[in-house]
Amino acid sequence: MTQSEAPQPDAMKQVPRVHVQCTLNGQATEFLVAPYQSLLETLRDVVGITGTKEGCNDGNCGACTVSLDGRIVDSCLVLGAEADDRTIDTIEGLAPPGGLHVLQQAFLEEAALQCGICTPGLLVAAKGLLDQEPHPDEQMIRQWLAGNLCRCTGYDKVVRAVQKAAEMQAR
Amino acid sequence: MHPFEYLPARNLTEAISALARHGDRARAFAGGTDLLVQLRGGRYELDAIVDLKRIPEVMELRLDGDGLHIGAALPCYRLYEDDSIAKVYPGIIDGAAVIGGTQIQSRASLGGNLCNATPSADGIGPLIVHSASAVITGTEGTYSVPVAGFCTGPGTHVLRQGEVLMAIDVPTPAPHFGAAYQRFIPRNEMDIAVVGVASSLVLNATGDRIESAMLALAAVGPTPIVAAAAAESLVGKAPTEESFREAGELAADASSPIEDMRGTIEQRRELTRVLTRRTLAQAAERAARNR
Amino acid sequence: MATSTPTGSAESAERFSVLGTRPIRPDGVDKVIGRALFGADIKLPGLAYGAVLRSPHAHARILKVDPSRAEAVAGVLAVMTGDDMPTAKSEALELGEEVTDVKFSSERVMARAKAIYKGHPVAAVAAVDLNTAQEALKLIEVEYEPLRPMISLQDAMAADAEIIHDDLVGTHLGEKVPHTNIATHNRTEFGDPDAAFASSATVIERTYTISRAHQGYIEPQAATAVWDQDDRITVWTTSQGSFPIRTNLALVLLKSASSIRVVPTEVGGGFGGKNNIYLEPLAAILSRKCGKPVKMVMERKAVFEATGPGPGGQVTMKMGVDENGVITAAAADIRYGAGAYPGSSIGAATTCILASYKIPNVRIDAYDVVTNMSKTAAYRAPGSPQATFATESLVSELCEQIGMSSIDFHLLNAVEEGDRRADGPVYPRIGLKQVLQTLKDSEHYNSKLEPVGPDGKLRGRGMASGFWAGIGNRSSVNMSVNNDGVVAILEGNADLNGSRVSLGMQAAEALGIAASDVNVSIGDTDSVGFNDITAGSRTTYATGAAIIKAAGLIVDELKARAAALWETDAGSVEFADGAFTNKKAPEQRLTFKEAAAKLERADEAIAVTGTVNMRGSGGGSFAAHLVDVEVDPDTGKASILRYTAVQDAGKAVHPAYVEGQMQGGAAQGVGWALNEEYYTSPDGVMQNSSFLDYRMPTALDLPMIETIIVEVPNSNHPFGVRGIGETGIVPPAPAIANAIHDAIGMRMYQTPMNPGRILQALKDKRNAAS
Repeated sequence: MTQSEAPQPDAMKQVPRVHVQCTLNGQATEFLVAPYQSLLETLRDVVGITGTKEGCNDGNCGACTVSLDGRIVDSCLVLGAEADDRTIDTIEGLAPPGGLHVLQQAFLEEAALQCGICTPGLLVAAKGLLDQEPHPDEQMIRQWLAGNLCRCTGYDKVVRAVQKAAEMQAR
Repeated sequence: MHPFEYLPARNLTEAISALARHGDRARAFAGGTDLLVQLRGGRYELDAIVDLKRIPEVMELRLDGDGLHIGAALPCYRLYEDDSIAKVYPGIIDGAAVIGGTQIQSRASLGGNLCNATPSADGIGPLIVHSASAVITGTEGTYSVPVAGFCTGPGTHVLRQGEVLMAIDVPTPAPHFGAAYQRFIPRNEMDIAVVGVASSLVLNATGDRIESAMLALAAVGPTPIVAAAAAESLVGKAPTEESFREAGELAADASSPIEDMRGTIEQRRELTRVLTRRTLAQAAERAARNR
Repeated sequence: MATSTPTGSAESAERFSVLGTRPIRPDGVDKVIGRALFGADIKLPGLAYGAVLRSPHAHARILKVDPSRAEAVAGVLAVMTGDDMPTAKSEALELGEEVTDVKFSSERVMARAKAIYKGHPVAAVAAVDLNTAQEALKLIEVEYEPLRPMISLQDAMAADAEIIHDDLVGTHLGEKVPHTNIATHNRTEFGDPDAAFASSATVIERTYTISRAHQGYIEPQAATAVWDQDDRITVWTTSQGSFPIRTNLALVLLKSASSIRVVPTEVGGGFGGKNNIYLEPLAAILSRKCGKPVKMVMERKAVFEATGPGPGGQVTMKMGVDENGVITAAAADIRYGAGAYPGSSIGAATTCILASYKIPNVRIDAYDVVTNMSKTAAYRAPGSPQATFATESLVSELCEQIGMSSIDFHLLNAVEEGDRRADGPVYPRIGLKQVLQTLKDSEHYNSKLEPVGPDGKLRGRGMASGFWAGIGNRSSVNMSVNNDGVVAILEGNADLNGSRVSLGMQAAEALGIAASDVNVSIGDTDSVGFNDITAGSRTTYATGAAIIKAAGLIVDELKARAAALWETDAGSVEFADGAFTNKKAPEQRLTFKEAAAKLERADEAIAVTGTVNMRGSGGGSFAAHLVDVEVDPDTGKASILRYTAVQDAGKAVHPAYVEGQMQGGAAQGVGWALNEEYYTSPDGVMQNSSFLDYRMPTALDLPMIETIIVEVPNSNHPFGVRGIGETGIVPPAPAIANAIHDAIGMRMYQTPMNPGRILQALKDKRNAAS
C-alpha cells in the first residue's frame, strides 16, 4: 500500500459533538463537547476552569472529584456529554462570594495542604461528607475520604481540618 | 481513544436497537467506572456507547413482597443508604459497599459489576448466595438467568449481541436466613479483592442446625466459583467453628487461584479458608437474629 | 496529638517573635479555591497538544522509526523522533541531589539507537487536540529488535550480563572497567573492621532487599514550551528547580542557558522526582517544528514506568559490639538498581547508612548498577531509607541477641558534635541524643501495649532512627521595601509544600515585622539569580539564609538613611526589636514601618539582593520514630495502630509545616514498608503501573501521626534552622519491621512487608516450631 492509499486515521473521523446544558456552580452553562471527553477534560479544556485536577485519569486518586447532582464522583469517569440537565459543583463554586467556605478556612488554619494538588478534590469530597453527616467522627472522615489520595500530608491535618470545619459549621 | 458516539437511550427499545445495530462495536454505559477505564486502556475500540441511565427500568429500586428488584444501572449508594434494604439484605450491602471508594459508589452499579464479569468482582458473590437472578432483555424478549450462571469467563458473560441487563432480582430471604460477604485487600479501601467469599445459611427454627447453605468465591477462578461441596458439607450440621473450618477446607479445595501481582496461590488458598470461616460465622449470626 | 515541644536550648525558644508561630500561608487561598496554576493548568493562545510514543520493550535495538503516516494526518502539526534531538556529548551534570550525564540525559528523554527501558520515548507528536495526537501515535511505525532485558541486580551484575551501554566505562574502586553494567563501585573505609569483628563479643550479619518505590506525587509531569521566532525558548514546567532544568535543557538542546526562560508553575508534589527533565525538551522541539506552543502532560502509567522512582536494591549489613553493647565495627554492602542510566543515590546511602552511630572501624561498599528500567531519581532522602532499613532492622536483631533495649543501644552509641560520621566528616552540633531521649520520655514509649488485641490480632512495637544530611547550595533572592513597610521578596525556589510562608517568616523575624507584612513570590529564571533545586531539605535553610542576608542589607540601608535624618553617623544607629534607635539620642526611634514610610522615598528605591552558597547543611537532621502495629495472624495484614515521629528541626520556623513534613514522610515510609513496590515481569514491564495496584496509603490506612519537634540549633544558620523535609521517610520501614517482629516473632528482611510475606513468615514460624 502506498502512502497516498493509506487510510486516514479514525482520529479524523467526525463524531457529532454533544450539546450540553447544565447548571455549573449555580450558573446555567452550555457547551459543545466531543463524546469521548470526560467531564474532567470538559471542565478544564472546554469550559476552561482548571481547579479540578487530573491525577490518574482512571478513578483511583480522587483529585478530579466534583459533585454531580449532589453526589461526589470522579469526573474522569463521567463523560462531559452526561452533564446535560445535571447539576455540577466544582471547587470553584465552594466559596461564597467574597469569602471562604468553612472547609477552606479550616484547611488553611490547620495547614491541611502542602503542595495543594489534591486539595480541590479533598474539599469537594469533604463537603459531600458534611452535607450528609454534619458531625462525622475520625473513622467516618477517613472512610469517606479514602478515595482521595494525598501524598504530602499523611492525612493527619486533613482529618483535623474536616473536624474543625464541622465544629465551625455547627456554631 | 477511537472516537465514539454518545447515545443517551430514552427507553429500552432505543438501547437495544442501538446495541444490536453496532454489535461488538457498542457497549452499554452505566456507571462507567470499568467501561471508561478499559476504553482508555485500549482493551477494545467502540463506535458507540449507549447510556442507559435515563431509562427508568434500569434505574429502578423496589423492595416488596417479591423481594428486591435492582435496576442494572442503579448506583450502589442507593442500596446501602436505604435502611430497609440494609436490614433485609446486609450480605448484599457488604459487597455493594466496597466496590470502590465514595466517588465510585456514586456511579458504580451491581449490574455493571456483574456485566464486567471480573473474577474479583465484589458484587457477584453476594447475589449468588442470595439466589439472585439477572433479568435480561433484548430483541428476542425478556428472560431471567441465575446470577450464578451469568459469568462465563474473565470478562465474558451470557449476554448476546443486542441484549442488555435490565435488572437484578433478589428473592425475599427465607426465615432464619443470614448472609455475609468479606474480601481481603492489602489496604483498607480502594483495592481489588485478593480473595472474596460470600456465604449464606438457612438455620432451623431453633438455630442449632444448618438447613441449607451457599458459598461463592471471588478472585480464585476464572469466574465466581460456587463452592457446592463446601456448602453441602454444612447441611445438617450445627453452625459451629468446627463446621465452618471444614467448609473452609473444602472451599479452598474448590478454588483454583493463580499467582499475580495481587497475591500468590498459597496466600489465596489460605484466605479462602479464613474468609469462608469468617463469613459463615457472620452469616450464622445474622441468621440467628433473623427470626 | 501533634505537639511541638522545643527541647533544645531554652534561649532559642524565647529569642524569636515570628519563628515558631503559625500564620496562614499567603499562597493558601489560591490553592483552596482552585485558582493556583499547576503544570497542566497553563493555557496559551494557539496551544497544540503533544503525546509521546513509548517503547513497549525494556531492551531493544531501534531499527527504524517511520513517522510519515502520522505526519500525514490532518490536525497533526509536528512529529519528532530521536533524529530531531541534537547530538549531546558526555558531560557531568550536577542536579543538587544527584549527578547525571548530559548525553545520558538527552538519550533518556528520547531514544536513539536503543530503547533501554519500557516506556522509553521513541517519538512524539503535536496536534490540534490531545485525542488527535494520541491517535496519531498509533500510525508511527517502529521496528524493534528485542534484546535480553537486565531487570534484576543479579542478572545485571552477572559475568554474562547483556551490556546495556556499550560506551559505559565503570569505575570500580578507582579502576576504569569497560563492558559492564556496574557503573560505579565505591568503597569507604576507616580503621580495620575485619580485625575488630574478629575480636568482638557479638557479630551479626544480614542481607535485606528493598523495593523500588515511586515518589507517588499526585500531579503528573507537565510542560508547555514555546520556541519562538527569535530562537528563544520559554518553558512552563512543574519542576522542583527552574534553574537546574534550564541548565539541563540548555545542554540537551545545545542552546545557551540564557536563551531559555523556565517559568515554574505550582508543583503538585515532587519529593525529588521532579528535579529532572522529561517532557520539556520534547515540547520545545515540537514547538520549534510547528511554530506553536506545545503542551504535554504525562499519563499516570507513564509516570510510573518512565519517570525515576527511588531505587530498589540489596543491602548487607554486618555489625559487631563489645560485651557492653558498644559498636566495635560495621561493614555494609549497598547495591542499588540505577535503572537505565547510572546515578542512583549510593553516595547519599553511604553518608546515611551508619550516620546515627559512632563506628570506630567501618567499610562501606556501594554499587550503582544499570538495569533496563527507567532511570531512578531522587526520592526523599534518596538512598537513605533503603540503607537504613538494613541498619535499623539489624540493630533491633542485635539488641535482641545481646539483651539490650533498642533505645538504650541507640543512646549508648549515638553520635554527637565532634564525632566522626562513618563516611568521614566530623559532626557539628547535632541533635540525635536529644531526639532519642525525647522518644524515650514520650507518652507513647511509656504506654503499655498488649501483645494480643481484643480481636486476637498480634500487637508489637518497634523503633528506628534515621538521618538525612541535607544540602545547602546556592540561593538568590531579591528583596524590596514598600513605603508602607511591607517587604516584597522575589525568590527562585519552587514551593512544594508551603515554603513561601517559612521564607517570609524568616524575613519578618529579621526585620522585626509581622509575617503578614512580607509578600513572597517565585520568579522565573530571567528574574532572579541562580537558585538550586527545591530539594535536599535546603529551601527553608539556604534560601532562608539568603533572605536573612538580604534583610541585613536592607537594615544597613535604612540605618544609613536614619542616620542622615537624625544627623548622626550610621554607627550610632541601632536596630533591635524591630526598631531603629539613635544611640546618642534614644528618643529618636522609628519602627521598621515608620522608617519605611519616612525614608523609602528619601533616595533610590530600597531593593537588594541576597545571595548565598551554603556549604553543607550544618549537620543534618536526625529523627527517631516509634510505631505500634497489629498483625492479623490469619491474613498477614499489618495495620498501624499508633505512630510517633520525633525530629530535630534546629529551629522550627512554622511548626505546622515542620509537622506536616514529618507526617508526610512517615506516611510515605509506611507505604514503602507495607505495600509499595514495582511488580515487574521478567521482561521488564511494570505490572502495577496505576494507583490501583501501586498501593499508597489512603486516609483509612493511617492513624493520626503524633509529632514531637526537638530544637537543637543549627550552628550554620543565623536562626538555627535545619532542613527537615526529608528525614521523616527514613525510620518508618525499619520501625515497622521491628514492630512486626515484636508482634509475630519473625524478622522481615524485605520490603514491602505485605500480607503475603507476613503470612509466609507466620507459616515459616509454625513450621520451625513443629
